[in-house]
Amino acid sequence: MNETRVPIHSDADIIAARHLGRKLAEQVGFSGSELTVIATAISEIARNIVEYARSGEVVLRPMNQGSRRGILVVAKDRGPGIADVELAMQDGYSTSKGIGLGLPGARRLMDEFDIDSKVGKGTTITMKKWIA
Amino acid sequence: MRVPILKQGDYLIASIQSALTDADLVQLRDDLAEMAGRYRARGIIIDVTALDVMDSFAVRTLRAITHILRMRGARTVIVGIQPEVAFAMVQLGLTLGDTMTALDLEEGLALLNRRREPR
Repeated sequence: MNETRVPIHSDADIIAARHLGRKLAEQVGFSGSELTVIATAISEIARNIVEYARSGEVVLRPMNQGSRRGILVVAKDRGPGIADVELAMQDGYSTSKGIGLGLPGARRLMDEFDIDSKVGKGTTITMKKWIA
Repeated sequence: MRVPILKQGDYLIASIQSALTDADLVQLRDDLAEMAGRYRARGIIIDVTALDVMDSFAVRTLRAITHILRMRGARTVIVGIQPEVAFAMVQLGLTLGDTMTALDLEEGLALLNRRREPR
């Protein structure tokens, strides 16, 4: 199983990213509801790229750490960046027409979640989910 | 892909066939708002059985659709939310608010029939 890179330019690419993420998660060994949870989290961070940065990419990679197995999802863009990450991670906060549940929601769905954002440079979101 | 909308009596049934892009969802909203008037629909069923993901955009749009159609005099029922989709929605923090839901198409039709008000 190798790394999959999904270029994100439009709303159709959001579907491609979550479809490929679900497929990889299935190969890693995730089951039923976890696959949906992972696909939903990917959908939120991929939409974040389309909405704020217009383009970027989602990288999907299997993880092996001792006996632990999981999936790594990285969303990268060179968009405007997030001025106040703490604020952006609050439920209900949105600078677009969204309901502001995308990023905090994705964090709740995954086991690990990290945002690295620099204004004017872009945003990288790293998420991990481990098989329970 | 455009969602097919069938007319049955004074109900409209939109049955989603595959994953929808954001643009497809917005198209569905506009189609239903227009058809509700053209066919004088009193009830709308949106069948989401085929959706394997309902993220914040999908939920926001479905809620908007039910509110718009309510203003157009029709009741909307969302049917067929899959168990794992419901699980992920709850974990994400999404709710459907006051939107009516039913297990499947049959239950959705029964719900609309019970809610019928004489015109």
